[in-house]
Amino acid sequence: MCINEKWVNDLEKKELELLKLLEKNGRLEVETISKMIDLTVDQTKEMMEKLENECAILGYSTLVNWAKVLQYEGVTAMIDVKVTPTRGAGFDKIAERIYRFPEVKALYLMSGAYDLSVSVEGKTMMEISRFVSDKLSTLDTVVSTTTHFVLKKYKHDGIIFEEPDEQDKRMMVSP
Amino acid sequence: MTTEGKNFVADHINELKPSGIRRFFDLASKMENVISLGVGEPDFVTPWNVIEASYHSLERGYTSYTANAGLLELRQEISKFLSESFQVEYNPESQVLVTVGASQAIDVAFRAIINPGDEVIIVEPSFVAYVPAVRLAGGEPVIVEATQENQFRVQAHQIEAAITPKTKAILICSPNNPTGAVLSKEEMEAIATVVKKHNILVLSDEIYADLTYDEAFTSFAAIEGMAEHTILISGFSKAFAMTGWRLGYATGPKEIIQAMTKIHQYTIMCAPTMAQHGALEALRNGMDSVKEMRVSYRQRRNFVVKALREMGLECHLPGGAFYVFPSIEKTGLTSSEFAEQLLQEQRVAVVPGDVFGDSGRGYIRCSYASSMKQLDQAMKRMDKFVQSKI
Repeated sequence: MCINEKWVNDLEKKELELLKLLEKNGRLEVETISKMIDLTVDQTKEMMEKLENECAILGYSTLVNWAKVLQYEGVTAMIDVKVTPTRGAGFDKIAERIYRFPEVKALYLMSGAYDLSVSVEGKTMMEISRFVSDKLSTLDTVVSTTTHFVLKKYKHDGIIFEEPDEQDKRMMVSP
Repeated sequence: MTTEGKNFVADHINELKPSGIRRFFDLASKMENVISLGVGEPDFVTPWNVIEASYHSLERGYTSYTANAGLLELRQEISKFLSESFQVEYNPESQVLVTVGASQAIDVAFRAIINPGDEVIIVEPSFVAYVPAVRLAGGEPVIVEATQENQFRVQAHQIEAAITPKTKAILICSPNNPTGAVLSKEEMEAIATVVKKHNILVLSDEIYADLTYDEAFTSFAAIEGMAEHTILISGFSKAFAMTGWRLGYATGPKEIIQAMTKIHQYTIMCAPTMAQHGALEALRNGMDSVKEMRVSYRQRRNFVVKALREMGLECHLPGGAFYVFPSIEKTGLTSSEFAEQLLQEQRVAVVPGDVFGDSGRGYIRCSYASSMKQLDQAMKRMDKFVQSKI
């Protein structure tokens, strides 16, 4: 993302820095962040609260690689959905009908061959097919669905899922 | 090596002191669980588009020599970059030489301009290779010390006091390794006046030019009347995290660059071709990565300076590069004692300041090109160490 440094004032710049730092690591301590962006601890806390109130910060979650958790078995599917938009509400109403289901983890309105991209998580393929056939495709405005099951996650939200190669390849001391 | 008492190594090489960093490297590399703040290179891996472009050049079979001065396309791109970023103009056909790292550019520059006995003023604390490079070229290094009272920024009058009829050039590195100090435009103008008055050259090592955090960078060559007096040396190692690619460049007055190209042609032929293709991509599409890295370095600089001050060490705010240079005088230890004991007791490696010249005595160099996790841990360990000594 390119930040136009000319029009973003200093405080807004610091907000952006704060958001980017937290987006990468939600567990950074406030003391550490405040030093990094050159504010006091109180100023940093205030800024975080403000961003939370404005819903710019929606939460602090942990990215889990569930494939590493032995007793956990789960399936993810991406479903392309074609719908007929309703008069007055456009796509928003049907979108709400869909995102209210707890098994829906993400929902986007798309340009191109279909309208909504629905990401669904379930325990088994059966469970997801039941969701598609019983709940999703029976909605009035849904014209068609195409379901793609995820076989392997390589990267999610900018984070690579493979074993990170954290070894520092540099010489220990160099001029 | 001696055979029947005969020493085959040339006298002037025997006389060259080995770098103080070497000894410390040997010490640190034998230990486990060490957090190293002793590394003089970025912790980032080269941006992926650069790596990919270099792969692609190999796939297409670009494996032969390039022109001695480097790919013309790359020289054009360097010239454009310098013009757009720092408002300095160089003809890519005759005023740009692509080298094997900025280090080679420095070596070739000295060899091109030094007559036996010529003096070159070196500002210390400085990168460890400058003094030997002058000596290897047959010159006499003359040391001028930048001190903490001026935040390690050398002043024009100090330089003027060191000038003799034998002075040929002065080497300045700003942003500086190891202090991180950045000369202000006014300070550079004052130095430029001295340089023009005495008709000498500036070798301006601008390898950290893209890593300044508080003010826009000014190149020596951009100061009025200085283009004719400046050999600008830079490269891809620091800003683009390309240290291992060994790619740098020198720009300057035509006759000097041509002389340097002559030496380069006979000793190196040309810089590695696949690295040149990578560098081309770096200049064309890599500036966003540089911007991102710069933000990250600035955050880490702020963090480390504050942490060091909190533990009671005096530390100026360095304007560039990725080093901080705190005073450790309060602990009553010498630089070497501090570094060695810190390594033994808390497993943190830093570089004793006197490695970079006598004026570095009483200081240590900490590189903040490490992950926040490591920096955080290192600062906690250092704090424990410092509190036990004060």
